[in-house]
Amino acid sequence: MILTIAYREFKTLFVSPLAWSILATVQFLLAYLFLGRMEDFTKNQGKLAYLEYAPGLTEVVIIPLFHATALIFLAVSPLLTMRLICEERRNKSLVLLLAAPISETQIVLGKYLAVIGFSSLIIMMISLMPLSLLSGGEIDYGKLITNIISVFLTMISCSAVGLYMSSIANHIVMSALGSFSLLLFLLMLNWQTFSSHENILAYLSLMSHLQVLQSGLLNTSDISYFMILTGIFLVLTIRRLTAERLGL
Amino acid sequence: MAALLEAQHLYRYYGRYCAVEDLSLELHAGEVLGLLGVNGAGKSTTLQMFSGTLAPNKGKVILNNKDLFYQPLLAKQFLGYLPQQPPLYYDLTVIEFLSYCAQLHQIHSSKLNEYVDIALQRCGLTEVRKRLIKELSKGYQQRLGIAQAIVHQPPVIIFDEPTVGLDPIQVSDIRQLIQSLSADHGIILSSHILSEIQACCTRVLIIDQGKLIFNESIANLNPQQYLPSLQLTTKTVVDIQQIMNISGITQVEIVNDYQYIIQYSPKIDPTEALIELIISKQWGLVELKRLASSLEAIFIQLAQSSKKFTS
Repeated sequence: MILTIAYREFKTLFVSPLAWSILATVQFLLAYLFLGRMEDFTKNQGKLAYLEYAPGLTEVVIIPLFHATALIFLAVSPLLTMRLICEERRNKSLVLLLAAPISETQIVLGKYLAVIGFSSLIIMMISLMPLSLLSGGEIDYGKLITNIISVFLTMISCSAVGLYMSSIANHIVMSALGSFSLLLFLLMLNWQTFSSHENILAYLSLMSHLQVLQSGLLNTSDISYFMILTGIFLVLTIRRLTAERLGL
Repeated sequence: MAALLEAQHLYRYYGRYCAVEDLSLELHAGEVLGLLGVNGAGKSTTLQMFSGTLAPNKGKVILNNKDLFYQPLLAKQFLGYLPQQPPLYYDLTVIEFLSYCAQLHQIHSSKLNEYVDIALQRCGLTEVRKRLIKELSKGYQQRLGIAQAIVHQPPVIIFDEPTVGLDPIQVSDIRQLIQSLSADHGIILSSHILSEIQACCTRVLIIDQGKLIFNESIANLNPQQYLPSLQLTTKTVVDIQQIMNISGITQVEIVNDYQYIIQYSPKIDPTEALIELIISKQWGLVELKRLASSLEAIFIQLAQSSKKFTS
């Protein structure tokens, strides 16, 4: 049943111009960045050769590319998730799912999976760019994989936050704005240095965990941060839908 | 025979406002219940509670021996629901949408087309099956709303104002559809159109300010009990005793100082004598209206007596 809903939502995404525009824009922005980094690398290749621990192709091109991808999901996930529940509620079509013999959990997971599927498509297309480097150079596969994982983890948590905002907002713009602000706040948490709770804030910040993963270190505590964030917001979304049925 | 749907002492509050108060009813196979009430009487809230999209604050709904609150997934299999605004995905085609609805109700993929075809045929949608829903007219969208409620052939069907926004021909089509469905389904429909209820229901329920104030089968609407009535409006206060003296008049009910409901026996029509009396006494006749159907008479009497009671 989850898959039925996910498949329907996934197909519906492609009916809207939004999904196509997002695919095109993201691809264009990252391709531009990729080319810029490549240019940098080829220009400075001679200088790099003299350094003892010179950064390679992976450090100069791939890590910045995936770092930018992760940041882009901060803006893209709210756009992809905003209409999932919010618009259905406004169109009064949410009743169709609520009156059908499916649980709130199945509804939420179905819709969530659809967005995860679509976002994974974006990640796959972006990953083709570094893979194209294989034709003329060598890359660090370990780092490439941890970077893909880091972007994937960021994406699943951003989507969960977006889905929750979609379930509480009564207008899609509010939903997108709400999730974008919340994600930006999570990102910014470790920027301030004056606080005496620096450690706690750094732990809560999305950025600090992202940086560790992108440096090539697969750390359980960083992975669990994203998993916990995702879990919390999915459970909150399910609870929100249940509360709606109870008329609270 | 066990009831298909059984509601026991339902209560629903919105804040401190009580939308539905102590409502109980039963629906059996082959029955068409008509839920009648003025706007804001609590019809939609009641139907939302029957459909499992809104939980009651107190009381329970049993569908085919399954509690709608504690076993929602089992209970909802027996249910088709059309809310006031049909829940449609405007970007899909008719056939895509109905297939999705059937899938949501766990119709096996091998039987999917068969079920969808039957629903399309019953609702007269076969011709538009490949069109996008957003391109359909309001009437077709309403029919599609009905189709999504019956596509999985549930034993209990709930329609919230199924004929709103339709032209007279479509209305009569939908009435016929409801009658054809009633053979093997239990149906509850709400409406504020009296003739509609009288035309297609076997039992009528009148709901007012959240309370069920009338529950009687149409066949049992006893002409002796609910006599034909006239509604009289005058400029001055009339002498009720003199009106009662006219032969045939059995009861005069005071709605307010200048408005009365006069019941008379179906054998003797007192209209002419009544008009003569009013004119000779110069009470200032403003309006004398025959309440068309027995149902209308009951509805107006009940609604007005409860209004009098609360004011």
